[in-house]
Amino acid sequence: MSLYSYLPQLANGLGLTLILTISALILGAFLACLMALGLLSNRAYIKRPIDIWVFFIRGTPVLVQIFLIYFGLGQFDWIRLSPLWVVLQSPFACAVIALAINTSAYTTVLLKGAIQSVPEGEIMACKALGMSSPLMMRRIVFPRALRIALPAYTNEVIIILKTTSLASTITLLDLMGITNQMIANTYQTIPLLCLAGAVYLVFNASIIYVFRRIEKSTNDYLSV
Amino acid sequence: MIAINTQNYGFFLQLGHGAWVTLTLAFCALPIGLSLGLLGMLAENSRVRLLRWMSITLTSSIRGVPELLVIFLIYFGGTTLLATLAGKYVDFSAFTAGIIALGLLFGSYASQVFRGAFLAVPIGQTESGIALGFNHFQIFFHIQLPQAWRHALPGLGNLWLVLLKDTALVSLIGVADLMNRAQTAASTTHKAFTFYLTASALYLLITSVSQIILNKINHHANQYLKS
Repeated sequence: MSLYSYLPQLANGLGLTLILTISALILGAFLACLMALGLLSNRAYIKRPIDIWVFFIRGTPVLVQIFLIYFGLGQFDWIRLSPLWVVLQSPFACAVIALAINTSAYTTVLLKGAIQSVPEGEIMACKALGMSSPLMMRRIVFPRALRIALPAYTNEVIIILKTTSLASTITLLDLMGITNQMIANTYQTIPLLCLAGAVYLVFNASIIYVFRRIEKSTNDYLSV
Repeated sequence: MIAINTQNYGFFLQLGHGAWVTLTLAFCALPIGLSLGLLGMLAENSRVRLLRWMSITLTSSIRGVPELLVIFLIYFGGTTLLATLAGKYVDFSAFTAGIIALGLLFGSYASQVFRGAFLAVPIGQTESGIALGFNHFQIFFHIQLPQAWRHALPGLGNLWLVLLKDTALVSLIGVADLMNRAQTAASTTHKAFTFYLTASALYLLITSVSQIILNKINHHANQYLKS
């Protein structure tokens, strides 16, 4: 049997991988913005819990986080009886939640650094112009910080694409899951793993290419 | 009630043993990764085009592919390959495969860290080595490496933390590490949250102690800058 006959199935798996990546990234970016703002506040009761949360997520393996959410939450009766269980019993939702939480912790640190490296002069200029704090955040600080954080965020996107492969451990048939299934059926271990690897490589290369383009267009004004 | 408690106590002990296996894995993979990283860096800077090309292709492929896939490829692929080569079934332990895979992963990221670190050593240092009549090996081991080491330390420290967390993946090929024992305990007792949370606390302990030690090493390595 030639490798070509696996391609349709692989395409299905690839679809799931991409959906997982994109949903985790969107949810994660949203959480990260909130947490980064929280970290920059002066109130300790907002800052400390976020600090501890980020420390916990960054210090533990993703696999544990995925298992903790997928297998762990079922231990509690009150969760199983709550309406949330409809969502939490699906492996897809658990994978997205776990990946989003994971990426949000790393992105928070990244964003915080980027926001802090926005030049002091621009903030003083905003204040001199009488901008309110939310307006300054929205128009000056955030757009500037996003540009600063973009190169490092590219790495985060690649890491998340690679990490979605762990979703196969909680029964999802993403690219990795499909590959494992086909290996179990055909015993063609090396060709199939290499094929899947090649697909991941192509997608990572495209991510790098796309983000380079975005970087170039958003930072165009710098290279006059 | 008491019976359940003693049973759980045994499982917590198992997690402790698992943490030891996790540390062993990481410490075995570290020297392999460091040597591969150095070799990769040397190959990437070599004058032989083939070596350069091989090193770049290998390191960027490994970095662009999920860690899980690398581990599966080494373990399942390695078993198949060895069996084909030997003509009979060859036992290839999951532990060995895990160490090799983790070492390869560490090495391909480390080669980039080393590349940056060696570029940060001023060219004048190498030139003065040549002027003093040092040979290639002496320049590398006595002049470049000790200086590049300091630049590489922060990056290698991060990679060490990544390595510690990646060890959890080898539980999927059956190595009885912390994660694997937590899985066993969780499926036997149906207390998944308790055991995975305990496992993550142990991982957190290992990574945070590492971080403290890494900070100490960094501080020590850069002491000469302060006086």
